[in-house]
Amino acid sequence: MSIVAKFAVEHVQYLDPEGRLADHAPAVAQDLERLVATYQAMARVRVFDAKAINLQRTGKLGTYASCLGHEAAHVAIGMAMRPEDCFAPMYREYGAQFVRGVKPREVLLYWGGDERGNDFSGPKHDYPWCVPIATQCLHAAGAALAFRTRREPRVAVTVVGDGGSSKSDFYGAINAAGVWNLPFVCVIVNNQWAISVPRRMQSAAETLAQKGIAAGIASVQVDGNDAIAMLDVLDRAIARARAGEGPMLVEAVTYRLHDHTTADDARRYRGEDEVKAAWAREPMKRLRAYLAGRGAWDDAKEKAWLEQCEREVNAEVDAYLASSPPPTRAMFDHLYAELPADVAEQRRLAGQ
Amino acid sequence: MPQVTLIEAVTQALAHEMARDPSVVVLGEDVGVNGGVFRATVGLSERFGPERVLDTPLDETMIAGLAVGLATQGMKPVAEAQFEGFVFPMFDHIYCHAARFRNRTRGRMTCPLVLRAPWGGGIRAPEHHSDAPEAMFAHVPGLRVVIPSSPARAYGLLLAAIRDPDPVIFFEPKRIYRQYKEEVPDDGEALPLDVCFVLRDGTDATLVTWGASVKECLEAADQLAAEGVSVEVIDVATLRPLDIDTILESVAKTRRCVIVHEAPKTGGVGAEIAARLAERAMYDLVAPVERVCGWDTHMPLFRLEMKYLPSTARIVEGVRRVLAHG
Repeated sequence: MSIVAKFAVEHVQYLDPEGRLADHAPAVAQDLERLVATYQAMARVRVFDAKAINLQRTGKLGTYASCLGHEAAHVAIGMAMRPEDCFAPMYREYGAQFVRGVKPREVLLYWGGDERGNDFSGPKHDYPWCVPIATQCLHAAGAALAFRTRREPRVAVTVVGDGGSSKSDFYGAINAAGVWNLPFVCVIVNNQWAISVPRRMQSAAETLAQKGIAAGIASVQVDGNDAIAMLDVLDRAIARARAGEGPMLVEAVTYRLHDHTTADDARRYRGEDEVKAAWAREPMKRLRAYLAGRGAWDDAKEKAWLEQCEREVNAEVDAYLASSPPPTRAMFDHLYAELPADVAEQRRLAGQ
Repeated sequence: MPQVTLIEAVTQALAHEMARDPSVVVLGEDVGVNGGVFRATVGLSERFGPERVLDTPLDETMIAGLAVGLATQGMKPVAEAQFEGFVFPMFDHIYCHAARFRNRTRGRMTCPLVLRAPWGGGIRAPEHHSDAPEAMFAHVPGLRVVIPSSPARAYGLLLAAIRDPDPVIFFEPKRIYRQYKEEVPDDGEALPLDVCFVLRDGTDATLVTWGASVKECLEAADQLAAEGVSVEVIDVATLRPLDIDTILESVAKTRRCVIVHEAPKTGGVGAEIAARLAERAMYDLVAPVERVCGWDTHMPLFRLEMKYLPSTARIVEGVRRVLAHG
């Protein structure tokens, strides 16, 4: 017997739950301006998330998928990408999307039952929210293939969950990315729960990152609640993909602090202790502590920023609430480039 | 003028469009060096290179998902499913995404992909290689479903499919891939989508069909002509959107209609055509609409497949039944 191949999975963490920086921290840990911007984006999306949940609870929004606890992973994606790169989200990555120019009112419009939310203010080549799990991974791989074919220095970045990493679409995407060395980065945001099914029931694999090893692509596990680690890893992953050095799979280990969606009740399947323990590791506290320790953030700044976020998000909520439903005929407006005659007749029957 | 078979016409259209439009790429299993299992893509890899003629890993879901990704980012992918029996893993991406991208993004993103697949029975192929699943796709808003029935229509309709700004499912009747040759000039002239082709004029009954069954319908029309019965034959060609007007016009003249397709009868596209005739041609008809279709069974393995497919004799009987009225 001989060993034909050996593999290892690296775990990256620089900022511990108390905000203490490891000795071997990367350069991004010294870029306080970028870290403050990252923290501000995290705080803003958390304010938004609480508002959205309240809107749903008061009957002003449909089912909504919270991003509570995912802020470092999501915002770091947005911060690491360029506008010309292409983002293929699942359906709770508002933290990344706000950085890319999507407006809160557009998120609300979508979850408020209006397709116009998908015609958002972010980059026009970014994908809309994707509900069929993991299918977006293949769309990102296809986008990366388009960029490679046209020799464009652009990267496609996609997000999938721990549950989504069980699907063939995920495997197909990382497989294709490996075979063709595509400018593709897949982030598994492992939040431990696929609705009620825990991570351990998705796969016997010790890490989800190691799935990338089977596809022959660079793979790493990151503390997804450590914004510095997320920024460092994503900066590197996107830079090497852009340089033609290959795709990467990033497993960001985090925790879904809220229910799966507002239609879910997580108390049915997980204990309070687990959630309490997860709160101790949540991403904002540690980045805030680090920035405060470096003199880049303080209570006054925190208060002022949260007030500003409240004002901005409230204005977005107002804009959403003030919007009128589309006319009935809107169902027919974008079915085909040109509406077939028989469907045009149905449009007439549907009325205004 | 080149004389080509239907499959050669497919190749001719692909090559023409790849030369004309650098955004056209072909992807699928064995489409590169091997030129496809039916040789539909033969010569393309040599001419356009492996980056535009992509041999993919063996994963139909992946092929469909990549095609959606390519199409939504400005490319014109022509994806091949090796046989129609393998399109089902692709259906998620076609139904949930390709068909909906324009609508769900309010026109911000479009998905002009073509999914080609050899379609239908009659070549003594193994299990899962002989089905006719067109109705499953024709049911989906936002899609076009096209089935050519001659070399010239394969060429002209495939060009149109690739140039169409919306997703097109392009099923190729493999039974007549090499049945005969005809002159198909490589002039880049597309045929119109969304219209039926009247292949033979008649006055006593209308045969409405598509794909390989066009052959048996024309034979049936010949047989009946010898008896003095004049049968009109319509190749529907684009099953969705459906050009019902051409069929209505014919039925207004012949007052009798027989719909022929090799897919199972129940829930087939023939049911939709019959329903529309009931809605709009009730008083033109002097006989109930007949359907001569595949049985409501699974496509059998090939010892029985010719007993399953609508034969010329069954079609003639169907016409005789409508002729018994009025």
